[in-house]
Amino acid sequence: MPTMTYRDALNQALREEMERDPDVFLMGEEVAEYDGAYKVSRGLLEAFGPKRVIDTPITELGFAGLGVGAAMAGLRPIIEFMTFNFALLAIDQVINNAAKMRYMSGGQFTVPIVFRGPNGAALQLASQHSQAFESWYAHVPGLKVVAPGTPADAKGLLKSAIRDNNPVIFLEGEMLYNTKGEVPDGEHLVPIGKADVKREGSDVTIVCHAKTVAQAIKAAETLQQQDGLSAEVIDLRTIRPLDVETLATSVAKTNRVVIAEEGWPFAGVGAQLVDTIQREAFDHLDAPIIRVTGADVPMPYNKQLERAAKTNPQRIIEAVKQVTYSS
Amino acid sequence: MTPKKTDTGLDPDRADFYSDLLRQMLLVRRFEEKAAEAYALGQIGGFCHLYIGQEAVAVGAIAALEKGDFVTGSYREHGHALVKGTSARAVMAELFGKVTGCSRGKGGSMHLFDAENDFFGGHGIVGGQIPIAGGAAFAAKYKGTKRVSVGFFGEAAVNIGSFHETLNMAALWGLPVIFLCENNRYGMGTHIERAAAVENIADRACSYGIAAENVDGMDVLAVYEATMRAAERAREENLPTLLDVQTYRFVGHSMSDAAHGTYRTLEEVEENKAHDPILKLFQRMEKAGMISKEDEDKMEAEVIAEVEDAVAFSESSADPNPEELYTDLYAD
Repeated sequence: MPTMTYRDALNQALREEMERDPDVFLMGEEVAEYDGAYKVSRGLLEAFGPKRVIDTPITELGFAGLGVGAAMAGLRPIIEFMTFNFALLAIDQVINNAAKMRYMSGGQFTVPIVFRGPNGAALQLASQHSQAFESWYAHVPGLKVVAPGTPADAKGLLKSAIRDNNPVIFLEGEMLYNTKGEVPDGEHLVPIGKADVKREGSDVTIVCHAKTVAQAIKAAETLQQQDGLSAEVIDLRTIRPLDVETLATSVAKTNRVVIAEEGWPFAGVGAQLVDTIQREAFDHLDAPIIRVTGADVPMPYNKQLERAAKTNPQRIIEAVKQVTYSS
Repeated sequence: MTPKKTDTGLDPDRADFYSDLLRQMLLVRRFEEKAAEAYALGQIGGFCHLYIGQEAVAVGAIAALEKGDFVTGSYREHGHALVKGTSARAVMAELFGKVTGCSRGKGGSMHLFDAENDFFGGHGIVGGQIPIAGGAAFAAKYKGTKRVSVGFFGEAAVNIGSFHETLNMAALWGLPVIFLCENNRYGMGTHIERAAAVENIADRACSYGIAAENVDGMDVLAVYEATMRAAERAREENLPTLLDVQTYRFVGHSMSDAAHGTYRTLEEVEENKAHDPILKLFQRMEKAGMISKEDEDKMEAEVIAEVEDAVAFSESSADPNPEELYTDLYAD
């Protein structure tokens, strides 16, 4: 299996799906001539031409809505947001039109569209460029929300998202683009709505997605070595629809849960998971669920403060010790 | 060849066409009057924005389109759906929230949809439909069809970002779209003078280097002709157009305000009613000897029967099944 970066895996998915279906096009700021702000779309203009790889003005609401209209008329747009921080300007189109269109038209209009781009914090980009939005979109019926944490999942999920007949919010990570991993060639499809057990274990379940996947795995390895604790790592991969079965099965085995996410704690993804787990696996829980989240503040610029605001393996380790009463 | 014209400006060879426009406007008028009654009886709920007074705009513009052209509207769109081809039954049943409605009772007055007739809604957020209209035009061009997209919106929407963003992209990329501003002078209760720094909406087009026209929206033929020019520009040259179609609503913004409200005088409303587009076309046709009072009575009776039938159909239609609460959410 070839090893490649998360960035190249996404690029491969775009390329393969554009080759497969002439109705698929990519639109966004700097996706064509600049090769993508983060080079995810490198070489696509050359391969597919300006009709299908389209640079937009900085006009997020406009091109998001234009994508929705094009999808209603039979195309399969991929709308790139340079980052999801800028997608706030487009959120009316994403929610009021993309997400609700099928329902409010009584099933007449489907909106097969992918809104993709980096989500969450990078390094020292401060408050307006460092926000994780998964819980915002996951709140909305009609949307699917995907957040891959590895190159293989990035490729397989993006291909599935492009083929999906619904609006999919595809959350990438600026800090993930350079990470490497093995990626299957060709028709590698990862189903939307299916979590992945990234590491098997028996003492505690660590639920994570996107950037916290690598942190959770690192934490699990450290816990094994230093404390002899066996942690199972569940990568949600898709936030909505949630794979309740995989979660419940794991909790039934481990009886203890730590949830790690990049976003803010209040009404975050973890809050929903706590609700789901206590309903689906109440009798299996031996300890209150603990959440590891980003700090409940806008992201500070200062390096030390920023570090304190972010999740990391150490905080996950501490949470595991807490739920296993081993600290 | 110079078209044969009478002093009314009407072409004697097109009497059937004018008659059809008259009938469509009359249908929309009677439909809306009936909707107001049904609203008062509690058969229609929520917000309900009537189109009375503005009929010439949808009728004239859509008459200039071809089958397969896209129409996207605002929340004041009952007339557009009717004229685009949705039956009075399906529109009324939607207002009644019935499963036989054009959106299966899930959209209501503000979210009428009809995929078969390329009617793209029914949008409740001011200006939110403008990029949708642009997207339909983008798809038409992408697929190499000669289809044209028309986006209808009120004059209050020209101050919102989506209007400017979409005009810019449409001009930049040469999209076959007509931006049709239904300028009824009031955004809810706010007169255009109090909302727009530049009152002549057609002037906005120069920012994007696109063609624009001021159009008399109380004259269905003026609307038709302007839309024909814009549609040709879109179809043949992939060029967008902004039409500032000046019209007037004879009734309140929605069902919550009286006809003239607190923001305009009864006299102003009455003055504008003198320019009733239906009456105006009828009088022209009558003068040209194309229609008699009897013809009009007959037309009136047919239209009323169609609307009564739509109400009876809606009353006897079923509500959606409770299971429908969770259907139509995701596609397979």
